[in-house]
Amino acid sequence: MTDAIIRAENVSKHFIISHQQREKYTSLRDVLAGKAGRLFSLRSNSRSGPISKEEFWALKDINFEIKQGDRVGIIGRNGAGKSTLLKILSRITEPTSGRVIMRGRVASLLEVGTGFHQELTGRENIFLNGAILGMSRAEIKSKFDEIVAFAEVEKFLDTPVKRYSSGMYVRLAFAIAAHLEPEILIVDEVLAVGDTQFQRKCMGKMEDVSKREGRTVLFVSHDLNAVNKLCNSAIMLEKGKLFKNDTVENVIDAYLSLSLMPGSASQSSRTGTSEISLISLKFKNSDQAEIQNLTAGAALYIEMTCEAKADMKNVQFAICFNDMYNTRITSIWSAFKGKSFDITRGVFKVEFKIDSLGLIPGNYQVISYINLGEITVERIDNLRMVNVIFNEKKIDCTIPSVSQGFYVEQFETSVQALKK
Amino acid sequence: MTIKDSLLMTMTNVVIERGRTQKNYWRDLWRFRELFYILAWRDVKVRYKQTVIGAAWSVIRPLLTTIIFTMVFSRVAKLGVPGDAPYAIMVFVGMLPWQFFATALSDSSNSLIGNSNLVSKVYFPRMIIPASSIIMGLVDFSISFFLLLVMFLFYQYVPDIKIFLLPFFVIMALAASFGIGLYVTALNVKYRDFRYIIPFIVQIGLYISPVGFSSSVVPERWRLLYSLNPMTGVIDGFRWCVLGQPLYWPGFAISCVIVVFFLWVGIAYFRKTERGFADNI
Repeated sequence: MTDAIIRAENVSKHFIISHQQREKYTSLRDVLAGKAGRLFSLRSNSRSGPISKEEFWALKDINFEIKQGDRVGIIGRNGAGKSTLLKILSRITEPTSGRVIMRGRVASLLEVGTGFHQELTGRENIFLNGAILGMSRAEIKSKFDEIVAFAEVEKFLDTPVKRYSSGMYVRLAFAIAAHLEPEILIVDEVLAVGDTQFQRKCMGKMEDVSKREGRTVLFVSHDLNAVNKLCNSAIMLEKGKLFKNDTVENVIDAYLSLSLMPGSASQSSRTGTSEISLISLKFKNSDQAEIQNLTAGAALYIEMTCEAKADMKNVQFAICFNDMYNTRITSIWSAFKGKSFDITRGVFKVEFKIDSLGLIPGNYQVISYINLGEITVERIDNLRMVNVIFNEKKIDCTIPSVSQGFYVEQFETSVQALKK
Repeated sequence: MTIKDSLLMTMTNVVIERGRTQKNYWRDLWRFRELFYILAWRDVKVRYKQTVIGAAWSVIRPLLTTIIFTMVFSRVAKLGVPGDAPYAIMVFVGMLPWQFFATALSDSSNSLIGNSNLVSKVYFPRMIIPASSIIMGLVDFSISFFLLLVMFLFYQYVPDIKIFLLPFFVIMALAASFGIGLYVTALNVKYRDFRYIIPFIVQIGLYISPVGFSSSVVPERWRLLYSLNPMTGVIDGFRWCVLGQPLYWPGFAISCVIVVFFLWVGIAYFRKTERGFADNI
């Protein structure tokens, strides 16, 4: 017997999409008409085909094991099957085949404030929502003050929740779920609504629940930084299949490289006189291993492999980064170091070394540039997309974002008392 | 022993598999009873929010209908009453179970759709939803029953001693509405047509059930057929134990059989389709 708390064995789920059906629900008329039609076709033995139906596998042969106390991130693109998997794990819908064995009580937060009633007050909704999530009245009572304090809604306890701001609403809803004390906590992308401070509080709570109390957390999010910070392992789904189940770093890496596959970005365009052309561009980390995603604050090696058709003098090379809005964020240009190179015909390699990458986490477009004084030898726009991730594992760290600027300085910080 | 170990020891295995939920359904239903209470409490609490006269609506509606029915059937149609009860009381005693049945049926048949967010986001035995929605009808019933006592005082009428048998007939009305309600609410998930059928049935039913008149006005040879309407048996039973009117036993037996039949069909169909609710709603 393994110590797996959740074990999924060949879990599959399929839906039948009927192409005649326009609305989400069938009307009785359609069914009666269909039945009558079938009767008719049976008699006349005609070959009028049935309604065209297509099988759609939302999940196909999913196998994984999750151990007690793991914090597992579930990532994947829209429609990859994340929500279906969570619905099966929370017993809302059944798998078509395969099975899941779970040990312990599951609490799932698939939506913020499921079952909250607009007309009821905050206090009443705590009891209502708690009961819906499977808490007993006595349990809710004993946790009541903690929930209220966590949600920071003391003043509005007797106000109907329809008058709450969306932030208060989310805080209250999360607070209830977080105090459930289930053995397994399942959280779908629900925290996106709260402000950053509260999000951090929730992440802290989830980490607490898992590390201190040994409970298992399943966390679905598109916010890779959040997944990276909270989880220790991850599962990536792609088109209903299990794509990767590994440590969180490896899975995020796989996810990002998949989403940056050629074809996902717009076409790159070459301009210039083309005496020298770029063959390949590689990013490497401090171990000289090739990486797909750059890490903010870490060392980075850039390697350009080029081919020259003739001998040339005073050539300069650059790699530039544009952000999502096509704003140039930085250029790494040999001219900044006063360097130009004499090139002989053939294939050669240009290297750049960055001690600590100052880009803030996000997506960047890479541009390569080769010039000879004022003349552009070759310039490739949209060479590729690259993702910069933040790899600070401390939960208290704020992840730099555009609101703090376009790049991060390397610094240390401390406080010293001064004697008067 | 660490916390981890103690957690593992207290845990029970849950297996999720196709058709698996059926095996411990009734135990789960019992385990989730607090949810049943709280959903019923929610419905009651929310029912008359943002209304000026609030729960008085539970009194006004049956009262006005009773007055109109008394006028129409007693004064205009000149129908009589077996026994000595005033016509208004006879109508009201019929109105009580009918109103309960109508409220319970329409509430329960819309209950799953009305709680679709719960159905698609949380697990619990789904039968809790229609079951808890019926409680609202019981609350209205109790309020109206109090009004009946006021009417006894007003008309100086002493009810029959058999009034203590009334709970049996209340249960029968409850079973009738729950059975049909379960069936319809399950159908409603897939075929929204029933959202329009139910108000129609309730409206027609008020006239074809013996609410405004005594079922004794129905010709003898039609009475068995008339008792196929389960509410005929319930209403007759109410009048039998409150007003001491004679009960037509063969008809009543048929009504009972119909109620049990609907209850069985309702539960069976609900259980069969329940597993697909989250996918279809």
